[in-house]
Amino acid sequence: MTDQTNAPLPGGLQEIADDFAAAAQNELLEILLEFSDELPALPDRYADHPELLESVPECQSPIFVIAEVEPADDPKDGTVSLFFSAPPESPTTRGFAGILQEGLDGRTVGEVLAVPADFPLRLSLTKAVSPLRLNGMSGMLTRIQRQVVEKSGQQA
Amino acid sequence: MLPTTQPNPYGGTVTDSTAPRVPADTSDPKFAAYARPDRIVSTQWVADNLETPGVVIVESDEDVLLYESGHIPGAVKIDWHTELNDPVTRDYVDGEGFAQLMSAKGISRDDTLIVYGDKSNWWAAYAMWVFTLFGHDDVRLMDGGRQKWEAEGREYTREKPQPIPTEYPVVDRDDSQIRAFLPEVRDAIGDIPLIDVRSPEEYTGERTHMPAYPEEGALRGGHIPTAKSVPWAKAANDDGTFRSADELQKLYLDDLGLQADGDIIAYCRIGERSSHTWFVLEHLLGFDSVKNYDGSWTEWGNVVRVPIVTGAEAGEAPRA
Repeated sequence: MTDQTNAPLPGGLQEIADDFAAAAQNELLEILLEFSDELPALPDRYADHPELLESVPECQSPIFVIAEVEPADDPKDGTVSLFFSAPPESPTTRGFAGILQEGLDGRTVGEVLAVPADFPLRLSLTKAVSPLRLNGMSGMLTRIQRQVVEKSGQQA
Repeated sequence: MLPTTQPNPYGGTVTDSTAPRVPADTSDPKFAAYARPDRIVSTQWVADNLETPGVVIVESDEDVLLYESGHIPGAVKIDWHTELNDPVTRDYVDGEGFAQLMSAKGISRDDTLIVYGDKSNWWAAYAMWVFTLFGHDDVRLMDGGRQKWEAEGREYTREKPQPIPTEYPVVDRDDSQIRAFLPEVRDAIGDIPLIDVRSPEEYTGERTHMPAYPEEGALRGGHIPTAKSVPWAKAANDDGTFRSADELQKLYLDDLGLQADGDIIAYCRIGERSSHTWFVLEHLLGFDSVKNYDGSWTEWGNVVRVPIVTGAEAGEAPRA
């Protein structure tokens, strides 16, 4: 069960995984920091109502996520929008959120639900970040996929 | 002049005490009341000593990216997970690994290390504890860590220093003085005070991990029989600094009844919060023999047939 034999990752995630895989070990955290820096701020409708977001207790720092689904005739073609909130003093968590935001925001329900659960381990970050810390990203992904199932009616 | 060396109580060697040392921070009367006032410095002292020869500022955090997002100018980063731990065995790096790490960070054996970090200095204390296993002599914590530095609006930079590799000696790790392993902890039940520094919910067994933290895989909840609950945070102020010597004495000596001249073993979940308590007991209160059981609950809570007590009572030693 080597990662290399798996099908390409959906959405924009394969490109992100390729970027990490091509980077030198000492560049990995710099790339993750860029994702952290570039995580978009919440739009006003959520910034004013943080209670609408779901918390992710698997992360060691406060992170909140909400997925919206724009319906389509075929539920799996609906468009997913993702919004995250994480404080600047938790840059790793923000970086994980930034990866999911860039890779999955604006993609279809089908693409979001096709992301494999082991995706965080396919980012070449295990040595630089440690597997335990990567658990937090799995927690975010699980919650995003569950919200998308609930909001689209599409089965995972 | 080459400094002479002498045995160090934690193993290895340290520079002779007659060699010139970086002076202690004497600016804060709070520090003067601690047993080892030379083990703690203020944020102002750090700001004043960024360029002092022989001083290396070290950041050690829970968040692996926090240093990259901005750190004290000139500080080097040491990550507990990827640098202090052995990548395969659940243990710390060995003497060679430690020497390589110190060399790569530009740290010499006689340098004064000022450690600071996030989470009220949990990981800074943890790093200090590991440095002590290797007998690095002069290690101090910056009171308040990142939280206080930030609250005071002090400068951060993203510019990383380019350390010049040093000739750090290979020193065997000495686990005999300040580190406890499971068999020793099991033998200590009923004989040596154990203190559990986790949250009350973890102590009673309602939960096996920290509130709002990931499940790190303990199969059973509760605490080691006879261990008293003293959450680490009781030793810290809201701003991340350590409480005063008077407050700490009341907490650990008067209220808990610990003896400064006896053995004590502290534990938590993976040894990071108990490093914070180790620092308090060892350096701020000057206890003689404090050990950190770094296997902690993620080991004890998974081992077959070790005794466990649930609920708020410390419980008694099992009959032999």
